[in-house]
Amino acid sequence: MAEGMSWSVTDGDKLTQAEIYGEVLSQLGDKYPDIVAITADLATSTKIGRFGKKYPERFINVGIAENSMFGLAAGLALAGLRPVVSTFAVFTALRSAEQVRTDICYQNLNVKIISTHAGISFGQAGSTHHCTEDLAVMRSFPNMTVIAPADGIETGNAVAAAMELPGPVYIRIGRGFEPPVYKDQNYGFAIGKAITMRDGKDITLIACGVGVLQAMRAAEVLDKQGLSVRVINMHTIKPIDRDIIVKAVQETRRIVTIEDHSIMGGLGTAVGEVIVESGKACGFKKLGVPDCFSIVGYPEDLYHHYKFDADGIVETVGELMRREIEEDEDWEDEA
Amino acid sequence: MPLSQEEIRGLERKAWDIRKSIIEITFTCGGSHLGGSLSQTDVLVALYYKYLNIDPAKPDWEDRDRFILSKGHGGVGWAAVLGDKGYFDKALLKNFNKTGSPFGMHLDSLKVKGCDASTGSLGHGLAIATGLAIGAKLQKKPFRTYCMMGDGELCEGSVWEAAILAGHHKLDNLTAFVDRNRLMIDGPTESITTLEPLADKFKAFGWETLTIDGHEYAAIGGAIEQAWSIKGKPTMIICNTVKGKCVELMENQPSWHYGGLNSDLRDQALACIDSHYKTILG
Repeated sequence: MAEGMSWSVTDGDKLTQAEIYGEVLSQLGDKYPDIVAITADLATSTKIGRFGKKYPERFINVGIAENSMFGLAAGLALAGLRPVVSTFAVFTALRSAEQVRTDICYQNLNVKIISTHAGISFGQAGSTHHCTEDLAVMRSFPNMTVIAPADGIETGNAVAAAMELPGPVYIRIGRGFEPPVYKDQNYGFAIGKAITMRDGKDITLIACGVGVLQAMRAAEVLDKQGLSVRVINMHTIKPIDRDIIVKAVQETRRIVTIEDHSIMGGLGTAVGEVIVESGKACGFKKLGVPDCFSIVGYPEDLYHHYKFDADGIVETVGELMRREIEEDEDWEDEA
Repeated sequence: MPLSQEEIRGLERKAWDIRKSIIEITFTCGGSHLGGSLSQTDVLVALYYKYLNIDPAKPDWEDRDRFILSKGHGGVGWAAVLGDKGYFDKALLKNFNKTGSPFGMHLDSLKVKGCDASTGSLGHGLAIATGLAIGAKLQKKPFRTYCMMGDGELCEGSVWEAAILAGHHKLDNLTAFVDRNRLMIDGPTESITTLEPLADKFKAFGWETLTIDGHEYAAIGGAIEQAWSIKGKPTMIICNTVKGKCVELMENQPSWHYGGLNSDLRDQALACIDSHYKTILG
């Protein structure tokens, strides 16, 4: 992808992830005349409606009917079009999981799914509208690429990059009123290639989505405490960047993962699989939503409650640093 | 134009072959969805040997008509037709259901030429067909989309979501069929969950509805051609059929939704089919 060429936004730091998504998709409409945007009565909430305003003839609102929406998307892709589908993550990953799996992934169809209100970012709405399972579900589907962008800028990059990647892509974003992590889009985004946000040698924080902002904040605090903290933005959950994880294991020996998702099955699990398979000893802790239905509240309060905000990360890092990690005899083995 | 008597006899002859293939494949593969494959056969034969605008030599031709078998468990019957049409060497069907074979009981669009969509999970096909039909309109392409559903799958809510959508978009390039054999796995549709008045339901969702005998070629052909002429709405052709059609021991028997055949049963079934067609074709 020619970075900086495909899309641009002004005041990107004032826009939510979804607003940037809606804007970027609209800008891509001319480059990709085969895009058909689809939603299920969430044109406004997901911001896919911005595309619809610009290209009404290429916009379909199916009403509140997610299951047929994903089947419809499969049919449009079979007809040679490039459907882009948006609804809330909970409806994509849970209500319509089977259509996404069987109609879209099984046939390896060129459907791009951008789901909003993921994790517990729609905090006040409660568990009917939270989705702390989508990464676990989506990454288990063969052919599916799974991306959780850190902020609006990265969402723009992910959407543009997804258009150039044949096959199904799932991009999940939060409700997103947090400040952006990135100032501009030219930082080398590529699907499947994690970004080292800051280098460090004592411990590595691997985060996705809103977790990246929290990790960066925590790293600043920990830096003042004298710790050298590496922060990795693992925006692509699948295919996961194994090399950068194994390198972090070897070089920092302690890893904390941070995600707005259940600690079962998402980023933390994916990173843990790589660590275990590496055969290297590593102190490891997953932060995210524990095995429970979340309490209701403002997202920032919930992130604090479940200890995956900066405060919680600092606390967990402290605990992990106090733990003895036994060194492997073949520590210097190849990554 | 109505089918001529000669055309009808030709289609009947073809259905004879297809029904026998279904029996032979089932004998070889150990088990298949016999009942529904036999009930859908005449509509499939009418479509593939008369009405679909397709070219088996060019299975990916963009402007080909599309056929979605929403009742994907009819895959053995569909595969028999696709093989006979020359989408692949029909000798390969001896591998049906075998480990590593491209042919499982629900056809895979990435492995079976001529299979326009992978189906099998019920209630999915009409939405996919709706997407194809809208896709044709958006791209101003001339192809039509046909979708065959089982009656049992009409209990799925996603069918009715798609029916609303297709009606709303006035998809006159979409023709759907219900293989109304009145049986689900566990028994009669009407005793499990009532579907009637079925035509009224689709009519209320903005569809033209036609109800026919799904084993009568004159009626099948007439309905398909009538659907071509209907503007501003999709057409649902409710085909009254007999599950297990032409094999007396299977007809209207829920237990023959799925089954295997030993050589005695195979011979009995083939004799039944031969006898049926010898009677009507003389």
